[in-house]
Order: sequence, then structure tokens, then C-alpha cells
Amino acid sequence: MRHPENIPTSASFSRDHIQTVGNIFVKDARIECRSVDVFYGEKHAIQDVSLDVGRNEVIALIGPSGCGKSTFLRCLNRMNDTIPGCRVSGEIKLDGQDIYAEGLDVVPLRAQVGMVFQKPNPFPKSIFENVAYGPRIHGLASNKLELEEIVEKSLRRAGLWEEVKDYLRHPGTGLSGGQQQRLCIARTIAVNPEVILMDEPCSALDPIATAKIEQLMDDLREHYTIAIVTHSMQQAARVSQRTAYFHLGKLIEVGETAQIFTDPRHQLTEDYITGRFG
Amino acid sequence: MQKSTLLFLLLLISAYAFHIGRQRSRQIVGGRVTNLHSLPNYYGYYTALWALLPALALLFIWMGFETPVINHLVIGTLPEASRSLSADNQGLLINDITNALNGSYGEAKPELKTTVDYLRSLKIRSNWLLSLLAITLAFMGAFFARSRIHKEHRARNKVEQTVMAFLVGSSLIAILTTLGIVLSVLFESIRFFDKVPITDFLFGLEWSPQIAMRSDQVGSSGAFGAVPLFTGTLLISSIALIVAVPIGLMSAIYLAEYASLRFRSVAKPLLEILAGIPTVVYGFFAALTVAPFIRDLGADAGFDVSSESALAAGLVMGIMIIPFVSSLSDDFINAVPQSLRDGAYALGATQSETIRQVVIPAALPGIVGGILLAASRAIGETMIVVMAAGLAANLTANPLEAVTTVTTQIVTLLVGDQEFDSPKTLAAFALGLVLFLVTLVLNIIALHIVRKYREQYE
Ligand SMILES: Nc1ncnc2c1ncn2[C@@H]1O[C@H](COP(=O)(O)OP(=O)(O)OP(=O)(O)O)[C@@H](O)[C@H]1O
Ligand SMILES: [Mg+2]
Repeated sequence: MRHPENIPTSASFSRDHIQTVGNIFVKDARIECRSVDVFYGEKHAIQDVSLDVGRNEVIALIGPSGCGKSTFLRCLNRMNDTIPGCRVSGEIKLDGQDIYAEGLDVVPLRAQVGMVFQKPNPFPKSIFENVAYGPRIHGLASNKLELEEIVEKSLRRAGLWEEVKDYLRHPGTGLSGGQQQRLCIARTIAVNPEVILMDEPCSALDPIATAKIEQLMDDLREHYTIAIVTHSMQQAARVSQRTAYFHLGKLIEVGETAQIFTDPRHQLTEDYITGRFG
Repeated sequence: MQKSTLLFLLLLISAYAFHIGRQRSRQIVGGRVTNLHSLPNYYGYYTALWALLPALALLFIWMGFETPVINHLVIGTLPEASRSLSADNQGLLINDITNALNGSYGEAKPELKTTVDYLRSLKIRSNWLLSLLAITLAFMGAFFARSRIHKEHRARNKVEQTVMAFLVGSSLIAILTTLGIVLSVLFESIRFFDKVPITDFLFGLEWSPQIAMRSDQVGSSGAFGAVPLFTGTLLISSIALIVAVPIGLMSAIYLAEYASLRFRSVAKPLLEILAGIPTVVYGFFAALTVAPFIRDLGADAGFDVSSESALAAGLVMGIMIIPFVSSLSDDFINAVPQSLRDGAYALGATQSETIRQVVIPAALPGIVGGILLAASRAIGETMIVVMAAGLAANLTANPLEAVTTVTTQIVTLLVGDQEFDSPKTLAAFALGLVLFLVTLVLNIIALHIVRKYREQYE
């Protein structure tokens, strides 16, 4: 991939073009969003966003701070339900099933669509219990040994095992910020979600831990679908197949990652990835 | 001059001092206030403080020493016979004289007439001298402070320091009074333990604090074994907690997690009103409504329930302390960050799983703190048990019998005419000390837990 400096300077769509540029559809879609709007009270945080996420795909959501990336991500497992005053309209389908359908049970949905939050939020329990919590409530382990196996495997994949294997009984809140973030990742993958939503999972991590998480995403992609919010273009370029650029609540451009970073077609996308955006 | 007039004059003088201090500071820099170290007002305050504080100090010291000095002078003029009286009797004499001066008990005895006049003249002279000195001091302070003002003078910092000294002083007063109360209780208890061994008091099983009025009276040597009181207190407090903890906790969970904002904004204040009902109202509710109800209920079921029972007092006390548990628990459940709940929801936990397994454990230290505070309220509660639990010091664990508590016994020991140094009266102090220590320990533990928990999420 070429460096951002080398990209062509003239994009074909001017800054005031407000329709999404690029192909929002994929062939074997796992998640289909159509005309999604999100309001926080009066504030229109997501405006008419339509986007598909493919099976076995990592999609990167990028955009300036406050543009609605987290909000959009939270729509996908209905975490916005817990925010008072938040309204979601439009249609979001997971495997062809409308997740906002009347009477749909959000509990299994969330077990299926896991989420790693922007700020690490370990439970005030031991490291072991943090990871074991999900498998326990879903009965994924039939005995203690199996549970320990799940915990170890999850911690290994999140790149945390070596650091905490002797401190499993210590409180998870006592870890450093980056370790907490990896603990939360381990906690999420311990329940085997089929879709994983990651909101800036590496913002508190050093390059080594970041590399481990990126490796993890690559591994998981074989079976699962991943949507990741990131502020690092390099990371988006390294881990994702497709990239979606958000701007002030609108989906501006979506396309193959390589194309977005080398040949953005919308002027706003180009401004952002060349660093011209404030 | 009356002392209140003097105080008013001093305030006037310090207002004047404020004015001259401010004027002076402006004058020094020729009106260019920015050249001053502090704003002119601060120079005003500075001067005013110098005018007021020394004079006030004089006033208070004077008031402290006035009476003893005057009394001493008065005694000096009395005939030899009165001067050689014991300190107590001298005190009585002085009382007589002062009463005569105030005209409270009719005419003074003729032989005291000259002394009374002397006392009156002393008091008048003392007041005039004080006024003269205080006013002079106030003016001196004001002019001294004014003379010290110059461009670089750090009046702002000086005022700041004085303000801080005031704050320190106020908190010292609070601390010292507490200390004073504790020490007086402690000393009286030590006097009690001189008469009744501490082991008898703490481990004795019989409580009947009757002391013979005459030495030939029979069967009333007095027993001061406090164990029945401790068990009574424990029994009633336990019943209260058994009532209050589940109800309080569950209502807190409902309010914090399930209730709509509208319902919450109505229900929470209502619940807190429970804490505002005077305990004496709870007391007669317990004695007149709950206790007879329980007795009748027991009678129907074939139990022998006394008309004053631990159960009635405990139940009502439990209702009283519900708000302590629920209000504090509610605060702590609310303080659990939403991100923790989100974390559990995102793993596919249901709401009740989230509450039970994540929210409550996270808020547990705070909840325990609230329960301990409620417990210390229950142990120290008096009116309800006085009215509903009875006075019989039964050593029993049966909630249907009458029991008595530490607080009730303190009340009965001190009500009515008492000799101040009989063991019976002093026993109240010993009981008070125990009560104080127990609630103190409970409060310290509770506050410690609460504080530790607060740190976790800040
Ligand atoms: N709970 C909320 N209540 C009201 N407004 C909100 C809430 N959460 C987000 N918003 C608003 O919605 C918009 C999008 O927020 P969002 O958190 O999705 O941004 P983001 O793209 O994730 O930003 P960042 O990169 O800083 O995380 C912002 O303008 C924000 O002010
Ligand atoms: Mg965000």
C-alpha cells in the first residue's frame, strides 16, 4: 500500500456531496443496515446510514471524533437500548433476521454479537471471574476444568495470559489500563460471539499488545465477523478488508480498504486520511 | 455599659476601621489600585480585624475572670467567720449575695446589705473599666494596622490566614466538645467501676439497680450485671435489621434499576420521610398499635405474648431504619458506573443477572456500610424501646417476651430525683460508655468501608 502522501489529490466527489460514495453492498452479507437513524433526544447522531458487513470480514469504521462511530457500533447489538432518550430507526438485519423486530429477545442477540468498549470496564471481580463470567451465565462449560480451559485460552488469545497467569485470583480492576482492555477482549471472546464489535480496542495498548490483538482479529476472521472502530489509519489498513468513513453522523464513503486509503473518491475522505481535517 | 452595647460599639469601630484601612491603601498609591499588592477591600478587612479581634479577646478573657475575681474580693470583705467557711459553703453564701443583688428572693438579709452594695459597685466598675479598655484597644488596633499598610503589604494573605484560623477554631470547638463529653462519661464510669467491679458489670447476669435508701432495708443490695441489657439490645436490633435490610435493599434495587424516573422522583423522597418521623411517634405506634396487635395475634395462635414485646419494638424500629438502608444503598447502586452494566449486557446477561452478579457485588461495600450505619442507629434508638419493649431485664432470646435495652435503662436510671454519686446513677454513665463505644466502632467500620468503596470508582 502506498503512503497517504502519495495519493492522488483530486477526489471525484466534492465536499458538499452528501450521498454515500462506494458500494455499500457485499455478496454474502452477515449484517445489513438500511436507512439507520439514531437520535439522542433531539440530536440526530446517525443520519440515514446503509451498510453491509460481510461474513468473515473485518470492517474498519473511521472518522473524526464525535462523528458517530461508537453510536453506529452500538446499534449492531442494541446496546443503545440502555441509553435513556436514545431512539433508533431503520432496519438492521443479522443473518436475515431484523434485530429491532418487535418482541425480539436482546439477551441471546448480545451473546451472539459481542462488544469491546472504548473504555475498559472490567467487573470488580477477580481476573479469572471476569473471563469466566460469560461462559458461566451461558453454561458453556460443564465442569471446572473446562471453565479453566476456556479462561486460559481466551486470555492467551488476548495476549494477556503470560502476564496474569499467576494472579488469576487478583482483582481485574487492579490491572493497568492496557491490561484491562485486553482482559475485556478476553472476556468478550470467551463466550464465542459470532460477531465482535470493537470500539478502539487498541487505543491504550503498546505496539506489542496491539500486534497481538491484530493477530487475534486476523485469526477470528476465519469464522467470525468483526467491526472495529479505530483512529489509527495504519491499523485500519493492516486489519480490515473494507473501510467505512463517517462524518458528522453520515456515512460518507465505503469501499475496499486498499482503495479507500490509496484512492479515496470523496473529498472529505481524502481530507481526513491526508490529515487535512482539523 | 452593658456587654451587648459594648459589642455593638466594637462592631461599629471595626466598620470604621474597614473604611480607614481602605482609604489609606488607595491614598498610598494615589488611586491606582493595580499598584497595590491586594485589592483595597482586603486592606479594609485587615484593619477591621485588627480593631475587632484584640478587643474581642479582651472581652472574653474578662468575662471568664470577672466572676471569680469579684467573688474573691467580696469574700475578702466578709467577717472572719465567713471567710473560714468551706469552699462549698462559701459558694452558697456568694449565691445568696448575688440573688439579693438581682432581687430574686425578696429582700436581702440585713447583715449582707453592705456586701451586696459593695458587689453592685464592683460590677459597675468592672463593666466601665472593660468598656474603656476594649474601646481603646479597638482604636489602637485600627490605627496600628492602618500605619502598617504600604504598597507591598500582603493584606490579602493575612486575611486569608485569619479566615483559616477561624475555620480551624470552629472545627476545634466541635472536636473538643465531643472529647469533653467522652471524657466526662469516661470519668463517671470509672467512678462507677470503683463501686461495682467492671467484670460484674460486663458479665453479670442480673440487673436490678435498686439501692437501699436506708441501711436496714431488706433485699435491695442492687445488682449491676448488664448482660440482660446487652442481649435485649441485640435481640431488638436484630429483629429491626431482619425487617429493614431485605425491605430496604429490595426497594433500593427497585428504585435504582427498574423504576421510571417519574416514579423514582416521587418514591425516594417519600421513603426518606420515614426517616423524618419523630421517633416518639414510632414509639406510641409500637406501643398502642403494633404491640396489642401482636399480643392478640399470639393469643389466637395459642402463644403467650406479653403486652410489651421485643418483637413489637423490633418491627417498628425496623420500619424506622428502612430509609437508612434503602437511601444509602440506592445511592451506591446508582454510583456503580453504567459501563459495568453495559459490560454485562454485552456478554448477554439479563437484567436480573446483571444486578445480582455485577451491580450488587460492586455496590456491596457501600451497602454494608449503610447497614452498619442503620445498625448503630438501631442500637442507639431510645424512644421506641422505652415505650414498646418494657423495663423487665429478662435474659431471653424469645422475641415474644418483654426485654429491656441499654438505652431504656439509662433513661429509667436518670429519670426522677437521684443522688448524683450513687452507683445507680453512675451505672447510667457506664452503660452510656458501652453504647458509645459500640456505635463508635460500628460507625468507624462503616465509614471505612464506604470510603474505601468511593475510592474505587473515582
Ligand atoms: N449518551 C449520549 N447522549 C447524548 N448524545 C450522545 C451520547 N453519546 C454520544 N452522543 C453524541 O453523539 C455523537 C456521536 O457520538 P459517538 O460517541 O458515536 O462518537 P464517536 O465517533 O465514537 O467519537 P470518538 O471517536 O470520540 O469516540 C456525538 O456528537 C455525541 O455528542
Ligand atoms: Mg467512540
